[in-house]
Amino acid sequence: MIDTRVKIAQVEFKNPVIAASGTFGFGREYGEYFSLSKLGGISTKGLTLNKRGGNEGIRIYETTGGILNSIGLQNPGIDDFIQEELPFLEKQDTVLLANVGGSTIDEYIKSVEKLNETNVDGIELNISCPNVKKGGMAFGIKSEIAYKVVLEVRQVCKKPLIVKLSPNAEDIVHMAQCCERAGADGLSLVNTFSGMAIDIYSRKPVFNNILAGLSGPCIKPIALRMVYEVSKAVNIPVIGIGGIMDYKDAIEFIMAGAYAVQIGSGNFINPHICLDIIDGIERFMEDEGIKFIEEIRGVI
Amino acid sequence: MKEGYRKVTICSNREIATDIYEMKVKGSGILGDPGQFYMLKGWLGLDPFLPRPISICDISDDKITFLYEIRGKGTGIMANLKALDKIEILGPLGNGFNLNSKGNIAIISGGIGIAPMIYTMKSIDTPIDFYCGFRDEVYYIDEIKKHANNIYITTEDGSVGHKGFITELFVPEKYDIVMTCGPIPMMKKVVQMCKDKVPVFISMESRMACGIGACLGCSIETTWGMKRVCKDGPVFSGEEVIFYD
Repeated sequence: MIDTRVKIAQVEFKNPVIAASGTFGFGREYGEYFSLSKLGGISTKGLTLNKRGGNEGIRIYETTGGILNSIGLQNPGIDDFIQEELPFLEKQDTVLLANVGGSTIDEYIKSVEKLNETNVDGIELNISCPNVKKGGMAFGIKSEIAYKVVLEVRQVCKKPLIVKLSPNAEDIVHMAQCCERAGADGLSLVNTFSGMAIDIYSRKPVFNNILAGLSGPCIKPIALRMVYEVSKAVNIPVIGIGGIMDYKDAIEFIMAGAYAVQIGSGNFINPHICLDIIDGIERFMEDEGIKFIEEIRGVI
Repeated sequence: MKEGYRKVTICSNREIATDIYEMKVKGSGILGDPGQFYMLKGWLGLDPFLPRPISICDISDDKITFLYEIRGKGTGIMANLKALDKIEILGPLGNGFNLNSKGNIAIISGGIGIAPMIYTMKSIDTPIDFYCGFRDEVYYIDEIKKHANNIYITTEDGSVGHKGFITELFVPEKYDIVMTCGPIPMMKKVVQMCKDKVPVFISMESRMACGIGACLGCSIETTWGMKRVCKDGPVFSGEEVIFYD
């Protein structure tokens, strides 16, 4: 018998596969394709204190081996989430992480205070959304600023606190250590890489914000390296994210040190991809005679 | 539970005008309403990365017809597929046209926007006036002639029909309901012409990733806030869509 359970920040996940924020909405759409209770967890679409309409212009642009996106944190706001989306998510037998974004420390704190009073299993603090002009990204680039944000949020946060890191950080290892020192219970990395595209005929950037976030298999080797380096440098669990398209990619991240993985862009090309990856991990463990995930975690 | 991507078999795939292809596929679960679409993936591996949203042009005898224009790498690969090749499809997706429409109906299409309007035309019992605009080459005209009450054709170069834009021939006052699909400037013009005169329904196009409403990549601004073209649309009331200049 194999056991795929993993524990991150006192929260038990039935398997190490989590649907990544921003690619899975609030679960309803994918819930039409499979039982969400099969997932290890779900990280919600990035939430902000107040409703956001998101960015104008082109929001999705395909590139080789991935996509650039500039959605701009379109979301209904924390209150609407709690009222309209949470009741549905609470019914699913899976770990629920509320992904929280913001442009000021005050905004993060107010959002987290509201979520403290709900049944979400944990907070994933997004200090790294690249598609919001004000704040967000700045928090995710400078370790000292991230430290302050996490420290202040930690003071009020009654839930397990996972900090989602940007690969655009000046020094991802130092960033991770600062977040750990500030009291994070876990880290998830990486968010999208800052990138861009140009329409050569109009001689203009494709995106209104000029820069956009790159995800997909094209970022996987760099994401894997970052997860490897960070896992070695901190004593809190790391969740690996970045272009995971099958169970082999997921196992690579686990071997690099990740406790769990998140699946993002892959959901777009196959709504069943999380299930396929869960099945694949189980088969791999059986074939390789692995009983617990820990046996292969961080073996590199 | 809805079915995920499934393989279907290509029955035919032919170029009917320059860079315009008609693909017929058959397989299990061939269904859909006029105005709905499928996500299509006609290649193995991850390049191109995203599937392509293609509207239903027709469904008959357990076959779906997709009409598509080569716009880039994905549709370019699709154009090279042959009969008996497999292609993966997800759908039907989105919300189509309301077919219970009564009275005098006009359909207005521009270019490849003709695709969803063929199935729509065939599914409505009332006689329809079909206005179709093209850049130069025309296609699917015979099919329209078989079903429509009247057909109006324009080409921008004047090679077939009236020279100019299709909106130059359209007279909104003659109709009780208008349905349109085509380039945004054309649909915007149609909506303006119909304002305060006749209800108009438009099939929107947008760059999509997931196709099922999760990623918000295809969102457009409407009078009801941001709406997803893939899930809330692609068919919207003309009055609710906010067009930009």
